[in-house]
Amino acid sequence: MVFAHGFGCDQNMWRFVAPAFADHFRIVLFDFVGAGRSDPAAYDPVRHGTLDGYAEDLLTVIRHLDLRDVVLVGHSVAAMIGALAEVAEPDRFDRLVMVGPSPRYIDEGSYVGGFSEPDILEMLESLESNYLGWSAAMAPAIMNAPERPSLGAELTESFCRMDPAVARQFARVTFLTDTRAVLGRVTCPTLVLQCSNDLIAPVTVGRYVTDALPHGTMTMLEATGHCPHLSAPEETIAAMAGFVRGEPVPVT
Amino acid sequence: MSNERAARQAFLDALVHDDPVQLYERAPCGFLSTTPDGLIVKCNATFRTWIGRDTADIVGKLSFVDLLTAGGRIYHETHFAPTLRMQGSAREIALDLVTADGGRLPVLVNATLDRDESGQARVVRIAVFDATERRQYERELLRAKEAAEAAEVRAQKLARTLQKTLIPPTPPQIPTLDLAAAYRPAGNGDEVGGDFYDVFPVGEQDWVAVIGDVSGKGVDAAVITSLARHTLRALAARHDAASAMLEGLNQVLLHEQTDRFCTISLLRLHKDADGWSAVLTTGGHPLPLLRHPGVEPVAFGAEGSLVGVLDRPTFGETTVRLAPGDVLVLYTDGITEGRCDREFYGEDRLRAVVSREAGPAAIVQRLVEDVVAFQHGVPRDDIAVLAVGVPLS
Repeated sequence: MVFAHGFGCDQNMWRFVAPAFADHFRIVLFDFVGAGRSDPAAYDPVRHGTLDGYAEDLLTVIRHLDLRDVVLVGHSVAAMIGALAEVAEPDRFDRLVMVGPSPRYIDEGSYVGGFSEPDILEMLESLESNYLGWSAAMAPAIMNAPERPSLGAELTESFCRMDPAVARQFARVTFLTDTRAVLGRVTCPTLVLQCSNDLIAPVTVGRYVTDALPHGTMTMLEATGHCPHLSAPEETIAAMAGFVRGEPVPVT
Repeated sequence: MSNERAARQAFLDALVHDDPVQLYERAPCGFLSTTPDGLIVKCNATFRTWIGRDTADIVGKLSFVDLLTAGGRIYHETHFAPTLRMQGSAREIALDLVTADGGRLPVLVNATLDRDESGQARVVRIAVFDATERRQYERELLRAKEAAEAAEVRAQKLARTLQKTLIPPTPPQIPTLDLAAAYRPAGNGDEVGGDFYDVFPVGEQDWVAVIGDVSGKGVDAAVITSLARHTLRALAARHDAASAMLEGLNQVLLHEQTDRFCTISLLRLHKDADGWSAVLTTGGHPLPLLRHPGVEPVAFGAEGSLVGVLDRPTFGETTVRLAPGDVLVLYTDGITEGRCDREFYGEDRLRAVVSREAGPAAIVQRLVEDVVAFQHGVPRDDIAVLAVGVPLS
């Protein structure tokens, strides 16, 4: 099982959920480039200027570990990164779990993504204001010093920190990309986990994704918000458990 | 004493007036309590005043995110809420509150998440601070930072462009000679260095190959580097003797009113019916290495004065016939003085590479790679190498 975190945080997001599957699966956690303790030098503005670059990174991890029959759990934008990876190398994947996916955040014609372009630009500004606290001195501590326990306190504070320039670009790519066309080409069974009151990925979007997937099913969660794996880990685990082991999923 | 009494009286008055309810309601910051999902269950008067809404419009009806801008909501859901869940608190989050009249109030937000004994999330407490002026100031700082970054990019580009003008735009070639040259600026290439090389013809059978190092770095040094390179080209047309070219350059630099000087190795290469001969002159520069096939390389030539310092410098000339397989390697001190901790790259390593590698191209490539790697990829000084050799066949 490969867990892919979404925009904003890092692999720590999965810590309430991933251990529940360790009995039956080999668990693979990783940080996308620019997040968590990834190597800052690996960031390439061109490669990471599209979601394809991130999908290629994901495939690099999978190929390096030579994984087959992968159950990929992707949150938010990583759900779509997972879809891109599955379409590129379908033989590697067994199933996809999409937690709060959205292939397009901006409204367009009859499609309701939930946001307008000015909203996204405003969010980018919000990012800038919030990364004022980022200091160059902290960067090496976050990225490269897991062996120094004295930095533990700062590291705790750094879950949702990214290099501001990388975060800004990742936000742009995440929120301005349209990956709706990819959904129809996903070949493996896919479970969409949809929260009941998700501002980022509303129920209508989850329904759209499920309908566009050739083998998609949706499970509605009682959990609210965009991160059920943090706010309602038990419910999230229960909703995935049958599907990841190949059992049929009750349609909701 | 009366001051002390007055202070005590003020303290007692404050205790009476600032009962816990007043402390909460009229605190100089906004206070909210929400369910773990974000629904507001309590907020103080300061907060209500700031956003221009009554308790009845807020409590039990709105979530904290409902009071944010659309952009702020995304940030809340992707950063704020996950941080709160994972570490139990979030600090100094910059957000904009949307007030009842549609206005915006820039705020800084601290929040804590309380859990009960069983670990279930119970309540989120949020403190909100008015940050209108601070945000304005931060925006100006951001703009200034962006401008500074843009200026730095321009400066780097300028430095690299300038650097390129100091060496030939295409790898130089001389018919029937093997020739290779390389230049690697110090550090990460942001600064214009003082090393240069040049190769140019001065007749059908005559060529000049020169390598040099102007003292110092930066734009001032680049001006002298450029002057030296072009002066040598001009002097080559007027003088047949290699040493006369350095004497001419010495005069020009003395007249230039600069503290900078340079070191140079200059070859005049001549081809006749029997093959190639080279006349070498040097000024303050490390002597080139000459390698005959199967023999250890040796320093070649005679040392001369620094160029641009003395009124009466001396520049000797040494002549050699280049037989097939012979190679001459000219280099700057960026090679031998490349440092790893306290150790220099040194002449022994240089000689080993020159001795081992096949011809000019291999020598130049390996030497630069080796010296850069020796300094962990970041050379402290410019590196320039130029090698000429007569092919064996």
